[in-house]
Amino acid sequence: MPGYKNLSIRQKQIVWAWAFLAVPVVFYVVIRFYPTGSAFVTSFQEWNLLGTRAWTGLENYEKLWNDPVFWKVFRNTFAYLIIGTPISLVISFVIAYHLDKTRFMHGFLRMLYFLPFMTSAVAMAWIWRWFYQPVPVGLFNNFLASMGIPQIEFLNSTTNALPSILAPAVWAGLGFQVIIFMAGLRAIPVTYYEAAKIDGVGWWTVLTRITLPLLKPTIVFIVVFSSIGFLRIFDHVFNMTTNNPGGPLNSTKPLVLMIYETAFRDFDMGYAAAQTVVLFTILLVVSLLQLWLLRGDATK
Amino acid sequence: MFKLLRRTALGGMTALASLIGSSAMAVEIEYWQYFFDARVDAMEQLIEKFEAANPDITVKMTHFPYADYRTKVAAAIPAGEGPDVVQLFYGWLNDYIEADLIQPLPTDVFDPARIDEEFFPMVQAMKRDDAYYALPTAVRSLALFYNTRLFDEAGIEAPPATLDELVETAKKLTKVDGAGNITQVGITTGMTAQDHHWWREVLVRQFGGEPYKDDYKTVNYTDDAGLAALNFYVGLEKDHKVTKSGFMDEPQAAFKGNRAGMHIDGSFRIGSLNKVRGLKWAVAELPAGPDGTKSNYSSYWVNGITTKATGEKYDAAVKFLDYLTSDEAMQVWLDIVGELPAKPSVGMIDANATHETYGPFIKGLAYANTTKFANESAQRQAMVDMVGRIDIEGQDPAESLAAAASEEQKILDDYYK
Repeated sequence: MPGYKNLSIRQKQIVWAWAFLAVPVVFYVVIRFYPTGSAFVTSFQEWNLLGTRAWTGLENYEKLWNDPVFWKVFRNTFAYLIIGTPISLVISFVIAYHLDKTRFMHGFLRMLYFLPFMTSAVAMAWIWRWFYQPVPVGLFNNFLASMGIPQIEFLNSTTNALPSILAPAVWAGLGFQVIIFMAGLRAIPVTYYEAAKIDGVGWWTVLTRITLPLLKPTIVFIVVFSSIGFLRIFDHVFNMTTNNPGGPLNSTKPLVLMIYETAFRDFDMGYAAAQTVVLFTILLVVSLLQLWLLRGDATK
Repeated sequence: MFKLLRRTALGGMTALASLIGSSAMAVEIEYWQYFFDARVDAMEQLIEKFEAANPDITVKMTHFPYADYRTKVAAAIPAGEGPDVVQLFYGWLNDYIEADLIQPLPTDVFDPARIDEEFFPMVQAMKRDDAYYALPTAVRSLALFYNTRLFDEAGIEAPPATLDELVETAKKLTKVDGAGNITQVGITTGMTAQDHHWWREVLVRQFGGEPYKDDYKTVNYTDDAGLAALNFYVGLEKDHKVTKSGFMDEPQAAFKGNRAGMHIDGSFRIGSLNKVRGLKWAVAELPAGPDGTKSNYSSYWVNGITTKATGEKYDAAVKFLDYLTSDEAMQVWLDIVGELPAKPSVGMIDANATHETYGPFIKGLAYANTTKFANESAQRQAMVDMVGRIDIEGQDPAESLAAAASEEQKILDDYYK
């Protein structure tokens, strides 16, 4: 390589940096960017997976705009986000806050909270689905019935089904968030707390003036991460409502499930791709918005 | 020859003699079907018998979960990696032909005139331009499964023969606890299982209607007959309180768990019910309508030869398909899967037609209709939602029926445009 010798050290560094970077770049282009781009292209086509593709322009997007099921699904998706994120954030913070102060069996307790996160979502969803069944099989309803309380329609109801599915989803994600929160709490320098103690400040002030502000980067991370998770919810819903996916009457159907059904039940790939593009846009906007709202220097 | 040499090098000299002796002329073909225990068992036996009769052909079976099936086939055949003989649902034939995934069966082996004569007439839907594209080994129909132990317990002597008797029988079989919760249903219901077929092709016709017009391109159940059929169906839960949709999650689960007196299901269920210990059951023909009308629904999976099969693989595929549609194969399929032979010559032999389990299904074939679906799952969803709106939201049945009809018509219009 004659040219290589004439390069300055800095230029050589750049060459080597790119040589090493080339591997992940190629990897990402082939398995990430190419399919993404291809989904954009497919969203302007009509294709049933078997035949040839035909260009249809914006037809898929027009169909989406005029599809009442899409708007229902759109609302559901945001319901998962708007209910799920704050609830899981508050619960996981409360758990982490107290777990952080517990010395007794600390490691064991932490493991207990983390276990659900490691369990397969499918297995978990089926167990919860059994919990929710009506008498005589369901755990919750059998309990209610034995106490003489009327049964609750958990899953076979247009109002209860979505929260019923959200509950195990929140529960399953808690372990991860608790761990992250605890790492955040441990990262706060002890000197702040010592200073506060010397000044004789109450726990509430410590919490709101020291702990929470210093946890801001952690909170931003968890909010963005769990929002993306709830916007992409699929496995819990699909497995808890397999007989009538996203039902009853589309009351629990999230966008990802609609995409799945359009693609692999109706074999309408173009329409499914258009929905994917919409989901991608939503995820992008929501994430950027959250980063913008919650940005700022943590030490301010 | 090169392949042989390479194999020889790998396998060592001792293998040489056997290679030349037995498999030098061998051809391997691939067969794909979706995964269902009994179907896989049956096919394994058929392949074994076929290979014994044709030592120069080996058949490799691959199966996938139902949900992935169509996607895999569509991706594999154009890539030259798929099956030579493929199983597909009768409703997918048009899509497969249009996409050039399967080829017509050779008329010298599969003479259309002979097939017209020998098979049940419903298979004629597989014919295009005087050639068959695919043929079934077996067909399926519906019947009423009933739990004989619960029948004895309730002192019921015979399964219901009419819809009125069905309601009366179901009432005797229903059990409720002190709080009024159903703990045992008289009859299972759930449009998510086979009930949408029962409603569409059986109840609607029994109440004097015809579910579709123009060769299943136009929805036609919005008349009084359709409404009467719907009212009867939802009445089982609402008025007679003999059932609860979603009871024990799935109708077949309730029946398997001895918590349901009666259950309408397809012949393919026989195999899995046979495996349930402690369950005593029998089968009867579907109850007749108010004026005595009998009706049933039948469907089938077919086997076709893909466009990937050429040359000697094509010849082997033809031989294999010929075997799959033989009387012998049909009997094996019936015995293992419980699906009914596609030829009267096998189905109607005395041992089968009067068989206490298969008989009612086979009799049902004589008056069965086969729905031509554009998108079976989506069309079923319209039925699921129709009942859901009445059950959960208390919508007026007539309104819900009209909404379901317009939803389903949209699916049909999109498909046939």
